[in-house]
Amino acid sequence: MLDFPILTLLLAIPLVGVLLIVIQRSNDEELVKRNVRHAALWATLAELIVALILWFDFDPYVADFQFVEKTAWIGDSFAYHLGVDGISILFIVLTAFLMPLCILASWNSITERVKEYMIAFLLMETMMIGVFCALDLVMFYIFFEGGLIPMFLIIGVWGGARRIYASFKFFLYTLLGSLLMLLAMLYMYWQAGTTDIPTLLTYDFAADAQIWLWLAFFASFAVKMPMWPVHTWLPDAHVEAPTAGSVILAGVLLKMGGYGFLRFSIPMFPVASVELGWLVFALSLIAVIYTSFVALAQEDMKKLIAYSSVAHMGFVTLGLFVLNPQGVEGAIFQMLSHGIISGALFLSVGVVYDRLHTREIARYGGLVHNMPRYAVVFMVFTLASIGLPGTSGFVGEFLVLVGAYTHMSVLAFIAAFGVILGAAYMLWLYRRVIFGELVKEDLKPLRDLSFRELTIMVPIVVVSIWMGVYPKPVLRTIDASVSKLLAQHEQAIERYEQARLPVEAPVLAETAND
Amino acid sequence: MTDAALPNLVPALPEILMAVGAMALLMLGVFRRKGNFQVVSWLAVVVMAVALLIIAVEPQGRHVTFSGMFITDEFARFMKILVLLGTIATLIMSLPYLRRNELQSFEYPVLVLLAALGMCMMISANDLLALYVGLELQSLSLYVLAAFNRDRQRSTEAGLKYFVLGALSSGMLLYGISLLYGYTGGTSFEYLAAAVAGGEPGIGVIVGLAFLVAGLAFKVSAVPFHMWTPDVYEGAPTPVTAFFAAAPKVAAMALFLRAVLGPFPELVDQWRQLIVFLSIASMVLGAFAAIGQTNIKRLMAYSSIGHVGYALIGLAAGTAAGVEGVLIYMAIYLTMTVGTFVCILAMRNKDGMTEDIEDLAGLMKTRPALGLALTVFMFSLAGIPPLAGFFGKLYVFLAAIDAGLYALAVIGVVASVVGAFYYLRIIKIMWFDEPSVEFEPIAYMPSSLVVTITAVFNSPVFLLLAPLIPFVQGAARALVA
Repeated sequence: MLDFPILTLLLAIPLVGVLLIVIQRSNDEELVKRNVRHAALWATLAELIVALILWFDFDPYVADFQFVEKTAWIGDSFAYHLGVDGISILFIVLTAFLMPLCILASWNSITERVKEYMIAFLLMETMMIGVFCALDLVMFYIFFEGGLIPMFLIIGVWGGARRIYASFKFFLYTLLGSLLMLLAMLYMYWQAGTTDIPTLLTYDFAADAQIWLWLAFFASFAVKMPMWPVHTWLPDAHVEAPTAGSVILAGVLLKMGGYGFLRFSIPMFPVASVELGWLVFALSLIAVIYTSFVALAQEDMKKLIAYSSVAHMGFVTLGLFVLNPQGVEGAIFQMLSHGIISGALFLSVGVVYDRLHTREIARYGGLVHNMPRYAVVFMVFTLASIGLPGTSGFVGEFLVLVGAYTHMSVLAFIAAFGVILGAAYMLWLYRRVIFGELVKEDLKPLRDLSFRELTIMVPIVVVSIWMGVYPKPVLRTIDASVSKLLAQHEQAIERYEQARLPVEAPVLAETAND
Repeated sequence: MTDAALPNLVPALPEILMAVGAMALLMLGVFRRKGNFQVVSWLAVVVMAVALLIIAVEPQGRHVTFSGMFITDEFARFMKILVLLGTIATLIMSLPYLRRNELQSFEYPVLVLLAALGMCMMISANDLLALYVGLELQSLSLYVLAAFNRDRQRSTEAGLKYFVLGALSSGMLLYGISLLYGYTGGTSFEYLAAAVAGGEPGIGVIVGLAFLVAGLAFKVSAVPFHMWTPDVYEGAPTPVTAFFAAAPKVAAMALFLRAVLGPFPELVDQWRQLIVFLSIASMVLGAFAAIGQTNIKRLMAYSSIGHVGYALIGLAAGTAAGVEGVLIYMAIYLTMTVGTFVCILAMRNKDGMTEDIEDLAGLMKTRPALGLALTVFMFSLAGIPPLAGFFGKLYVFLAAIDAGLYALAVIGVVASVVGAFYYLRIIKIMWFDEPSVEFEPIAYMPSSLVVTITAVFNSPVFLLLAPLIPFVQGAARALVA
């Protein structure tokens, strides 16, 4: 363990990058743009290195929060409180891993207002990392919702044709959900007298209050996740966002929903999580089956991948709420894996979009002939998305299905159909884009992956295969914290059951006496 | 009551200074014909700054004078500081506008000074009559200011409209006061509090209280007493609108708190439903009516109606936490409003001022610094963290949840999502659209200073201001034990 405030450093590095970008001034506009791009890249790479140091220093056998920093902030009520445990640390690593790739992916495709673009991304990074390491409700909320501002601007300024509609929809949908969560947080503050997350994790809320609190948090996380039927902002936002924006949306922002369930809903409202589990299961299974069919019907590549994200997130919520080790660990693994793979798929779409400026599937075909390297990379990501053994997608999906089967076999049975449908739409997409004869004239001059594009793709290929073949480092990191989470959950349920039985008896006795 | 021939003047020193200063400046203006505008304006600023200083170094604690009519406590001090800061800022930033539009009459700063005096007197009122006198001094100054551009029809119309409706509300207020006097036998807040304590209040007291609340609701422009706001905001000269939206709103809200929580803490169940209704109606109307606006001053009018609704949530809670929420909310509201109006005053091209929201198109490209400041204000007005406006909402919702007003809180958040839509629309126009009109830069140093300070205050730097919270808590506790 380090005494050094490494989490504050993680929050500060992107801000230093912002500062470096702000001070860039010169009459030569191209020079400024180049400097801005480099500053953003170096800042995100430094962030990645610090995040990896954090991971190496992390003690996987300790289930509690590590690297804790705490300073009083507003009176005794709100504190500046940071820390990570096995659940949150890998999301930080994921964020730090995706960011340099996003900057590289925007290297040539963003030529207008580069400065603002890079500033927005770096601010976004601070907000995302803040969400995963905040240990105070108010701080968490500030980071959680503060991220809306840069994302709104990213979609709205650098997005596609319907960017304004998409950015407004994204912002307002998420805002409504989060504000309901805010009210629930305020209620928790008055009940428990603190906004300290570790304290709240051990606080027992009254069972009937739990239901309402759970629903308020659910409103926020279900939108963020996104779960059916509040997923409709996602396809719009994904399609209109610039490539790097889609990567961050799919890679990290969606994970905030799952992380929220793990950090708040399940441990803080254990009774409600069990009682309302049916709701989550129903919505998850609908998402898995229905959005897979919707994905099959898409004409637009990005939209197809967006719907596939909704389906994959359905597996995650299913895994989380079966509340056994396989399910929860599988869900976390699935989130990490999906973060990398969906990001990679959006980057792959970005590669051809940069060349042809269309995402319509029908405009492509036969790319294997003139873009063989692209075909290979895209294939790895397609198979990983389907969940082929040996890729990261398999581990998560398999664990979730095992967990679901142990909980209730019919859940696993229905969810397995989703895997088949996933294979159907992804393979069909791949066939239509890559295979076939190269007949379309405008496709013939397309160049294969450039060195820059390979630099982006190769790390993702390596990581997704490594996670599929040797998932142990990842699973070991999350294991202790998940075990603690589930053990506490079980105790809370037992306490609830015990509390209910003797309380009911005297009440009956009293009424009898009356 | 007759213990001394001369009342203790020390607590009222800032007000006395402003009253004497206003009269002296009036004479100075009359006798010194040439170039009197600049001199009088800056002297008015100096008078208010000195008053501010006196308030800041005054002895702490509660002091009552003028036979219990006048009170200074932590609450009054906090609110007066806000009001004077807002007045000074809006007076300074109006000078270049008045010069360009040839409205340089020395009466302008004198009227602003008198309005500030009236506001300070209402904040310190401890008696329904003192309340009325302060309120009328402020209102009469504001009526004249609204019609200050007397050669333009829109301005005179605004002044007249404001006067007629304002007189109506003063009538309601007076009627309420007379009922309260008739049914309890006194007008002092302490007397009223003792009179209504314990037992069921008579119907006369309730009706009187309802009229009092209606009159006050008019002054803070809460729905359904808001009709004058959009027209007056649009018609009055822009710096006057900035003034209206800032300091008088804060003062009227302070008066509202004092007049309801001072004498009637026991009747909380009676007036709470009124406040809850005013709050919900204001938030909802403010959010929905602003969507269709094309004139930025009208939009700000509806926005201020909405914000009054949020601030009233804190009053509806009726607790110390609620008052704290209102105080924080109004302090942040003041900075957001002043800053936004500096930006509106900067909407000026070669042909003159413009008030059309569409003219902001592409501001981020043409005037990035101004655009950034306005972006901060808009996100802050929408209440998005980590900007200051979020904390205002956080504290009033905190109080509402504590008081068990869940429905009010839920309606509040839904209204704030609708409200976010029109603030986002302005950001969309500035960031996403292509430039159409190029504004001239703000060449006036003090205005740039005001916009910089307010923008920094509203930016995440606000998070570092947490050590100031105890002062606000002290002010809130001075009103509600």
